[in-house]
Amino acid sequence: MTEMATAPTAPATTGTPLVEMRKINVAFGGVHAVRNVTIDLFPGEVVGLVGGNGAGKSTLTKVLSGARPADSGEVLIEGQKAEISNPRDAKAYGIECIYQTLALADNLDAPANLFLGRELTTRIGNLDDDRMEDATRKVMGRLNPNFKRFTTAVRSLSGGQRQAVAIARAVYFNAKILIMDEPTAALGPAETAQVRNLVRQLKADGIGILLISHDIHDVYDLADRVSVMYHGEIVDTVNKHDVSTDDILGMIILGKKPGEVTQKEMEALELRG
Amino acid sequence: MTTVAGTAPEESAPNAAGRIGALIRSTEVDLRQFGMVLALIVIWIGLGIANPTILQPVNFITFSVQASGIAVLATGMVLVIVSRNIDLSVGAVVGFIGMFYAEFMAHFLPENLGVPIGHPLVWIVALGCGVLLGIVIGAYQGFLIAYVGIPSFVVTLSGLFLFRGLIWQLSGGTTVAPNDATFNLIGGGPQGSLGGILAWGLGIVLAAAVLGILWNARRTRRKYGFPLRPMWAEVAIAVVSVGAIFAGVGVANSYHWPPGLATQYAQAHGISEANGPLQIESGIPIPLLIVMGVTIFMTFLATRRRYGRDVYAYGGNPDAAALAGINTRWTIMKTFMLMGILCAISAAIASARLNGGTLDLGTGYELYVIAAAVIGGTTFEGGVGSITGAILGALVMQSIQYGLSFLGFNSPQINMILAVVLILVVGLDAWNRRRAR
Repeated sequence: MTEMATAPTAPATTGTPLVEMRKINVAFGGVHAVRNVTIDLFPGEVVGLVGGNGAGKSTLTKVLSGARPADSGEVLIEGQKAEISNPRDAKAYGIECIYQTLALADNLDAPANLFLGRELTTRIGNLDDDRMEDATRKVMGRLNPNFKRFTTAVRSLSGGQRQAVAIARAVYFNAKILIMDEPTAALGPAETAQVRNLVRQLKADGIGILLISHDIHDVYDLADRVSVMYHGEIVDTVNKHDVSTDDILGMIILGKKPGEVTQKEMEALELRG
Repeated sequence: MTTVAGTAPEESAPNAAGRIGALIRSTEVDLRQFGMVLALIVIWIGLGIANPTILQPVNFITFSVQASGIAVLATGMVLVIVSRNIDLSVGAVVGFIGMFYAEFMAHFLPENLGVPIGHPLVWIVALGCGVLLGIVIGAYQGFLIAYVGIPSFVVTLSGLFLFRGLIWQLSGGTTVAPNDATFNLIGGGPQGSLGGILAWGLGIVLAAAVLGILWNARRTRRKYGFPLRPMWAEVAIAVVSVGAIFAGVGVANSYHWPPGLATQYAQAHGISEANGPLQIESGIPIPLLIVMGVTIFMTFLATRRRYGRDVYAYGGNPDAAALAGINTRWTIMKTFMLMGILCAISAAIASARLNGGTLDLGTGYELYVIAAAVIGGTTFEGGVGSITGAILGALVMQSIQYGLSFLGFNSPQINMILAVVLILVVGLDAWNRRRAR
């Protein structure tokens, strides 16, 4: 039912999208955080969602991950209207989210975090910690073979290790749709490279990835298409190959499509850059 | 690197202290709780030096029965504090349910239903209704906290006033007595104890359970190929645990019924005391049995069930718990309902010991219970604390209290000493955490 991409860099953007978010509106505290936003995501595609602080990127993804309901608009998963009112619903649709804050319970160990909210249990409903540790060892062995600390609280792990736990949580449950909110913000160069490789690998597996970042180069490197948000609205969604990083930067800062930017504004931008 | 079963990993610790530390670490025993057990031993050795008569079995039994009401509540307070809440109402709720038991047995049953005290079902019906009442009270407070969003400090402070007031409303401002005699066995005493033989039987069952759990844990870890504890550590843990169980039973059984009571019993059962007075081993008091049962059940709930995992996850990171799809509000409400059940149990012990309900029953409990949980390692940042730690905390605090009062200190002096202990323990924790960072 899904058209798998033959070449990982050029996924099909025809047919039924994996995700369609139509005319989404979210307002809170007198702020219209997301205005009439429509975006889509195809299997095996990485869509970069960029914008300045407060542009509405995180709020939009919270609608998809079930963390915050939309005031209006609809979400379609594989062409079917989806009711997502809490994180549990989202997970049932195969939507996993890696939050900027990682959303780990620092006092629990890696297996407990990986299975948080959907623990493996024995026949009589007891937590099956051994089976969870075993599964965690297997999935972490793939993601980060150096990871050895399975029984210590994740509080005492390094930034990269904590990130690996958060990613493992999304990967283990066979996400179809993955939301990554600033996945490399807290990481060193080596760990950033690891995350990039992982994104490419997941993409090749046919997973649709919504990548939020304010690092233009991250996005330009990994994304197939880029959606730019400005003050809660989508400025434009462009194919990466049709634009330059400067064009994207212009959209982020000025909130205008490349053709609409005046010479004067462009010069001001270059001065800033 | 895999550790082969039965061989200790090579250790090359630089000095003796480091080596001992490494030895203890390889047993994977919680160091903090290990320290508390040591502290308990030191306290009792100190008390024994000050006055050797305190080391008689009767004192251990009286002390443990006195500690049981606090200990039962402390197991629940751990989960309340772990989930970033507090319950200031436990003392008042204990008093209220205690008064309810007395009213129920002394007035309601005989006057309204014509069931006199002494009917064999009275105790269980009273206890059941008390537990139900505890659940309702917990649900009421838990609902206000979890669903309405009023801070637990405020809700339970209001609960403290409310239930203290209701005690007076319910009783008309007087002590209500008597309780049913069977019900009073919940409070312990010579008859309210598991006799010598049953106590040994229980000891054997518990020891077998400990060995079974240890063996099973090792077997599954080997099955999955996880690193194993060195064999000597397994053996040491098994020996110490089983030894502690049998030592406890031995102490309890070395206390015999008071001669007068034993003589009465002998006459009632036609036993001749011609060969010297009848010796009846007391065994383990029922309140202590209740504490053991509650500890095992609560530990099971906290560590082996989803509910417990949810509580700890919420305490560690409320947002992460919600994003993981945990129904955090229901988890909090359940925690307060559980606290209500424990209040009913604690109230049964307290009211059974008094043979009735008094107006000031449970006064100040909340403070001792919170102190026990905190001494036991529960932290107010949330997410950290253990049931066994709280039990140890209750034992440490009650040991100091009982021991010092035995030595002739008055209660204001004891309170001041407890104040110092509380700050010392928590201060040591804070220092330890800062050093670990």
